[in-house]
Amino acid sequence: MLEIKNLVVQIEDKRILNGLNLTVNKGEIAAIMGPNGSGKSTLSYVIAGKEDYEVLDGEIILDGQNLLEMEPDQRAAAGVFLAFQYPLEIPGVASMTFLKAAMNAQRKARGQDELTTPDFIKRVNAAAAKLEIPKDMLKRALNVGFSGGEKKRMEILQMALLEPTFCILDETDSGLDIDALRIVSEGVNALRSPDRAFLVITHYQRLLNHIVPDTVHVMSAGRIVKTGGKELALELEANGYADYRETEAA
Amino acid sequence: MPAVQETIDQVRSIDVDQYKYGFETEVEMEKAPKGLSEDVIRFISAKKGEPEWMLAWRLDAYKRWLTMTEPNWARVSYDKIDYNDIYYYAAPKNNPAPKSLDEVDPEILKTYEKLGIPLREQEILAGVEPSRRVAVDAVFDSVSVATTFKEELAKAGVIFMPISEAIREYPDLVRQYLGSVVPVTDNFFATLNTAVFTDGSFVYIPPGVRCPMELSTYFRINEKNTGQFERTLIIADKGSYVSYLEGCTAPKRDENQLHAAVVELIALDDAEIKYSTVQNWYPGDAEGRGGIYNFVTKRGDCRGKNSVITWTQVETGSAITWKYPSCILRGDNSRGEFYSIAVSNGMQQVDSGTKMIHLGKNTTSRIISKGIAAGKSENTYRGLVSAHRKATGARNFTNCDSLLIGNQCGAHTVPYIESKNASAVFEHEATTSKISEDQMFYCQQRGLSEEEATALIVNGFVKDVLQQLPMEFAVEAQKLISISLEGSVG
Repeated sequence: MLEIKNLVVQIEDKRILNGLNLTVNKGEIAAIMGPNGSGKSTLSYVIAGKEDYEVLDGEIILDGQNLLEMEPDQRAAAGVFLAFQYPLEIPGVASMTFLKAAMNAQRKARGQDELTTPDFIKRVNAAAAKLEIPKDMLKRALNVGFSGGEKKRMEILQMALLEPTFCILDETDSGLDIDALRIVSEGVNALRSPDRAFLVITHYQRLLNHIVPDTVHVMSAGRIVKTGGKELALELEANGYADYRETEAA
Repeated sequence: MPAVQETIDQVRSIDVDQYKYGFETEVEMEKAPKGLSEDVIRFISAKKGEPEWMLAWRLDAYKRWLTMTEPNWARVSYDKIDYNDIYYYAAPKNNPAPKSLDEVDPEILKTYEKLGIPLREQEILAGVEPSRRVAVDAVFDSVSVATTFKEELAKAGVIFMPISEAIREYPDLVRQYLGSVVPVTDNFFATLNTAVFTDGSFVYIPPGVRCPMELSTYFRINEKNTGQFERTLIIADKGSYVSYLEGCTAPKRDENQLHAAVVELIALDDAEIKYSTVQNWYPGDAEGRGGIYNFVTKRGDCRGKNSVITWTQVETGSAITWKYPSCILRGDNSRGEFYSIAVSNGMQQVDSGTKMIHLGKNTTSRIISKGIAAGKSENTYRGLVSAHRKATGARNFTNCDSLLIGNQCGAHTVPYIESKNASAVFEHEATTSKISEDQMFYCQQRGLSEEEATALIVNGFVKDVLQQLPMEFAVEAQKLISISLEGSVG
């Protein structure tokens, strides 16, 4: 499904990713763990197509498509979704309005008809109920004045409605209390499917108790330095990243 | 990034050919000779079959205008205008005014069709609820050529007609109010308008009448080098209500075109006037050539107690905009409102705002201004709020927000506040923001293109003002804002 080969990325002359290789298969949940500054968030931005990053080498292939040649909106239409660590506020634009614009833009890009309003509302209400999102939140301007938990739930709501094939969760657990973590995790788990893959970026084992990964990758100094099963996460939790920092120095 | 070439091509294709209303209509025109003189004014007055007092008023204005100088305080710059290089009168030759649409030149009707003006009664009847009907008094260059719904309005006692006709049919009413809000020597452009105005609308709503439909006029500048000098006069008598819509598009030109209109509103006791404008005149090409000079004087007089005047404007066009729709709050408890969206792109220059003059007791005013600057444009809000000595309990709330798109444009806010009464309470809020790259990336990550994302963010920014417009106008305005910002990002 997703294949990243020898990815080298810099920002303002600073190397962040250093020949990164990663494969994520259909239906797989892959977790990426690693210390601060190892390049985890950069990886998510580069897959989604943020402008500031300069790709010096390598390729990112999603279902046979070369993502690096595509604009961010084209990547989204191709199935890439990034749940932001810090979702942006769009003042004056009701969440409902934003959801409809996004869904229809992707449908248009895929050559599908726009949703009718009743169909749209039905879908939103169903998905919002599962995430315990009240209706008045959908009427408020997107993310404006939302609590940390509300923002993350709104991200998962968008993910549910846009039905992407490749989902990236960037530190989705940051700023969540236990209840919100449960709701968000359940929301993600409900979207697990044989046709959909997830890349879960996190510092902590905590999230992986709720969203159980198939594979765990350890990232350090812009590279994947170790890959294992879900038990690797527990090992990291116990021993910390010290072992892998040495790799960085080498 | 591979997008760069695409973006360049896109921007290139937009700047010159983007203006989709830039077509010409071939209709034979009858012109006065170029330039301005007493003879030209006599010619205009004679063409309109005006009474002697009207001609005298024009000639007086002309004499005073000769002694006045063009204002230069606005934050705009343009080449000196040669006022003797302009035609002051141009009318389609098929006069006198037709009695029905069948008599209107088909070329003109075609132009209106391209603009999507609901001129034909059956179109209006087919698509719109009776209570939402729109009466259109269409101004084609200088002469009104068609008026709809006249009979129904007449039943309600509403007078809605070209002002030249009103001067002939209701001379006393016109004479009582014309120039009573914007005096002859108010300013250079208003004085010029007084001397040479050719047409415009006249509205009178009798006491206690709620006008049964939205009144609408579409202005359109056509013949080359023809200045447009419209004059509009709206009177809402005691306890009446009227909503008036003005929409504008003009064909593309290489020469700059001067437009100096005057609009006067008068609200008597307990009356309310809503005046909404969508202005989409040709803004000039990518280098700033061509485009309309829009020097307009719009002023409302809340003459009676408890009267209300609301100005709502969406300005996307013109090379230069110099425009300050204002309210004189003379009646006790009267209210003035100004809601504005001013969009500038390319090389456009906007200097616009309002004046709220509090004269009566317990008068209130509200100003919501949203300026959006893109490209290399300059966008200035200039506003005056003043309370005179007797304006006890005057209150104003002002909110001026500016949004910048790109880093070559400018937004400026110039508020003037004068209070001569200690009990007056004036509040002023202002913000300037920029669409952030992170916001754009977030929207694009959800599947919106750069332009869709910009339109969405901008619409959020202007929402408070769009809500003030009648429904059908709000949709048109939203479209216009998107069109005028096309190619402003990337």
